[in-house]
Amino acid sequence: MVFSGFGGQGILVLGEVVATIAMKKGKHVTWIPSYGAEMRGGTANCAVIISDRVIGSPMVQSDIDILCAMNKPSVDKFLPKVKDGGLVLVNSSIVKDDFSAICEKVNVLEIDATNIAVEIGNPRVANMVMLAGFIKKTGLFTLENITEVLYERFGGARSKDLIPLNVKAIERGLE
Amino acid sequence: MSKKVLMKGNEVIAEAAIQAGCKAFFGYPITPQNEIPEYMSAHIERRNGIFVQAESEVAAINMCYGAAATGARVMTSSSSPGMALKQEGISYMSGADLPVLMVNVSRCGPGLGGILPAQGDYFMATRGGGNGDYRTPVFAPAYIQECSDLVFHSFDIAEKYRTPVMILLDGMLGQMMEPVEIRPTPPIEADKSWVVDGNTDKRPPNIVNSLSLLGDVLEQQNLIRFEKYAEIERTECMVENTVKDGDEIAVVAYGVPARIVSNAIEELSAEGIRAGLIRPITLWPFPYDVFQNLPASVKHVLVAELSMGQMVEDVKLGVNGKYPVHFYGRCGGMVFDPSEIADKVREIIKGHTPAEPVPRNGKPSDRCTKHTKGGAQ
Repeated sequence: MVFSGFGGQGILVLGEVVATIAMKKGKHVTWIPSYGAEMRGGTANCAVIISDRVIGSPMVQSDIDILCAMNKPSVDKFLPKVKDGGLVLVNSSIVKDDFSAICEKVNVLEIDATNIAVEIGNPRVANMVMLAGFIKKTGLFTLENITEVLYERFGGARSKDLIPLNVKAIERGLE
Repeated sequence: MSKKVLMKGNEVIAEAAIQAGCKAFFGYPITPQNEIPEYMSAHIERRNGIFVQAESEVAAINMCYGAAATGARVMTSSSSPGMALKQEGISYMSGADLPVLMVNVSRCGPGLGGILPAQGDYFMATRGGGNGDYRTPVFAPAYIQECSDLVFHSFDIAEKYRTPVMILLDGMLGQMMEPVEIRPTPPIEADKSWVVDGNTDKRPPNIVNSLSLLGDVLEQQNLIRFEKYAEIERTECMVENTVKDGDEIAVVAYGVPARIVSNAIEELSAEGIRAGLIRPITLWPFPYDVFQNLPASVKHVLVAELSMGQMVEDVKLGVNGKYPVHFYGRCGGMVFDPSEIADKVREIIKGHTPAEPVPRNGKPSDRCTKHTKGGAQ
């Protein structure tokens, strides 16, 4: 699966949270970012593989099962690489494309992520709204799984106050 | 509950080094290895070590020389052009028989090149860019768990043989995360009678240097050092070999590209083409013997590298004319995908070129044809 968006949208963390939950469920996982001269506002993406077996190549170059695209360049770049029957989660607050033409090939779920995030207080939790769409559609794991990982990863003094807001974002996304 | 954590390759190397007893880290920033010094700067001083961001790579490697002479476990890391700058220091430390761990998270070149993954540092790592007769043990992990395990092993090898040791990986492995369990092993009991740690007249003073102006003395030192290298060649070679009886072709690759090859092998087996993987884990000493003991079914050897073909020379030395050696490579930061390797294998086995020639843009395919033509080398 591929998570992609603007730098600063929390794309890499989103992929990391998904990979961590899968690891805790005993799966083999790899997470690999598009590293480079990236900065906030630039593009960022990461590829996550979850498998029951030892993972060969960590690269996801084609046949994407799940694409989580938080901006327009991500849709343009990765949508053609999603395999037939794959799942595409799109941040429809920013991406205004018409997906009706490809709905037969892939499942598209449009999520008003940035607007929902702004509504509850911080546009930076849009990634968590997307994550809600992810778990709702795939059923791969639960809100409790995510909350546990968030507290482990961000439970430090500086960031733990932000966790309830993230959880709220997921709950709103699940509605 | 599993003790595994999800960590980046670079961070794992730094954490494993601290747990292995690394007492001093000297480095200078360069992408894509920056997480190593970053992690060291945040953690090593709290755990009885020191971190110095040197003014240059040359300074960092020479700080390693000084610190290693005290007998402490010492480490530096860099990426390709930075490692090129360290070559003089590596030669000096080899000449002074100093143990040190060096990590090269390589990028593409030559020159400043780019920050994307590549394997064009094979020659620099295995042949060395410094002067004089010396060798450097080089470990090439393909998994993040292996990054961790090889850090402990490398420190032991460095101390056991009193030699600089290198871990060579590409930017992909440095930047990616995988579940890992850091499994410390107790350090070997190495002879430290040579160290420079403050003499209190209880023994004759120790001197650590690489200067030796008398020909017969220096020759003797080199001969002794090469006995050590011969012992490393005999006992420390590591390789993963999945070639089984019935396989028609052995594909040789190291590091993350070996994982890409393993996907290609799986793809090929679905259509009845049998291939096996040879993955050198030590690049020096190179597992030459593997190529003389392959099953009789093997008819070809293919080398897949993210370079213009460097390890292919070692493979040819190992094969020694027994099989045709083919080559497939990408460079400049481009990474082959499994289908490119599978197509190359089909082309070799079936003797035909795929309908839609991969790789794209045509350039590497010209090269591959050239390499393929040679037949048995």
